Amino acid sequence: MTAIENNVLTLDPEEARRARQERLERIGKWVLPLAIMTLAIVLWDRICVWNAIPQYILPRPGVVLQTLHSDAGLLFSSLLVTLRITFLSLALAVIGGVGLAVLFAQSKWVEMSFFPFAIVLQVTPIVAIFPLINIYVDNQTIKLLLCAWIVAFFPILSNTTLGLNSVDRNLRDLFKLNGATRWQQLRYLRLPAAMPYFLGGLKIAGGLSLIGAVVAEFVAGAQGQSSGLASRIIEAGYRLNAPRLFAALILISLTGILIFLVLSLVSHLILRRWHESALKQER
Amino acid sequence: MLLALRNVGKVFSNGVTALSKVDLAIREGDFLSLLGPSGCGKSTALRLIAGLSTPTSGQLDWRGSIDRSNIGFVFQEPTLLPWASVFDNVWLPLRLKGVSRAKAEPAVMEVLSRVHLTGFENAVPRELSGGMKMRVSIARAMVTKPRILLMDEPFAALDEITRFKLNNDLLELWQDERFTVIFVTHSVFESVFLSSRVVVMAARPGRVHGELPINAPYPRDEAFRTSPGYAALCRQASGVLVDAINSTAGSHHDGH
Repeated sequence: MTAIENNVLTLDPEEARRARQERLERIGKWVLPLAIMTLAIVLWDRICVWNAIPQYILPRPGVVLQTLHSDAGLLFSSLLVTLRITFLSLALAVIGGVGLAVLFAQSKWVEMSFFPFAIVLQVTPIVAIFPLINIYVDNQTIKLLLCAWIVAFFPILSNTTLGLNSVDRNLRDLFKLNGATRWQQLRYLRLPAAMPYFLGGLKIAGGLSLIGAVVAEFVAGAQGQSSGLASRIIEAGYRLNAPRLFAALILISLTGILIFLVLSLVSHLILRRWHESALKQER
Repeated sequence: MLLALRNVGKVFSNGVTALSKVDLAIREGDFLSLLGPSGCGKSTALRLIAGLSTPTSGQLDWRGSIDRSNIGFVFQEPTLLPWASVFDNVWLPLRLKGVSRAKAEPAVMEVLSRVHLTGFENAVPRELSGGMKMRVSIARAMVTKPRILLMDEPFAALDEITRFKLNNDLLELWQDERFTVIFVTHSVFESVFLSSRVVVMAARPGRVHGELPINAPYPRDEAFRTSPGYAALCRQASGVLVDAINSTAGSHHDGH
């Protein structure tokens, strides 16, 4: 429709410039990052060749790709282990974060009393807590889950709490006027109002749960107890197997990007009809 | 008589006296406007009547057969659930009373047609204009068939053309259903056009300054809006309002 309008309308120079600018930005958004990425990979390859860098220090991109293919079985089974911890801990972070937020929302007193504990958990580096967890928990999976959960649950808790408390005052009065019960207020007003905040927290938590899982594996893996991607990296590091190290690294990055994209899509689908953040800019 | 406010006062915890010694009688079927400058406590009075707030002194005497749990309230903003469709927004008061979607449907569709929104059931608020959002808000207040409708400057944020249209539609609704309206406004013209009685309030402390019956017959239409009679009533009401503003001891004329 806009294309037709553009053909029919004669635009003044300012609007024409703006239209051109928008068109360029739309193309640039995709082309630029891809071009720079390609350039960087080519440069990487050239640097290896020009300086004759040995493979165990910096492998060429092609070799990394080959390794990704030849070690696929090993790497992907490890990826599955890491993914399992990631998603389980994300699910637990959602349940725990939202559950605690709803509890906090029931009373200012509960929130004031317990929120500081959540902050303490959040600000203490997980690597520093792990030795304690290692003492108290025997089960390997639960150990890793607990670590990843501690890292991931805070953004969900803090965002959802903020959302549950950000309900329009008049809407609250409206519910009161109509004799809404506490449960009805939560179900029909506060939870939907908190949805955009929760989804924002979920996007952050998605990335953090992967980081949490990998970090937990690293600490556990250093004691030879893990079979996730992190332990592949440690192993490859010991053996100076740089191509595999890179391949594992790439897998982790791609997984993180994929988690972010999927959660962004979920968020967009849920909010697209009503929330400002999901609406197209109109002038 | 429907409701009498007797010597009602309200002092907020920060020490501000919002209302002082307010006496006010509301008759069944009244279209009563509370007119006054900002800070005169007209919205506070409305919240007291709605039961959203309790008086510090004095009392509210409810008479007659009014079900006090069934009060329609229209806020200054449309105050809709942004994630819910027009239908769901209007259904809300019934839903909170446990009426299922199917059971509520006839009432919701009927009240939507009364505010000229048939065909917009599935739209969400952001897809509607300001005037249409306010219509949804009115429909939501009307869906429980309240005998008393409280409106807190509902049209203040709308443009004049839309406001006139909504004024007309509100009067039409009121004449058909014969509920009681208490309408808070700071517009002389709006209060005179709509009301059967205008109660003028003064600020610091908020109190009733005077009352003006508007004896023009209903139905009032666009012809009334431009008639000499309407102009004369507006001049009269303006006079009382200016008087009320000047009566505020040590008042600053900018309102703050």
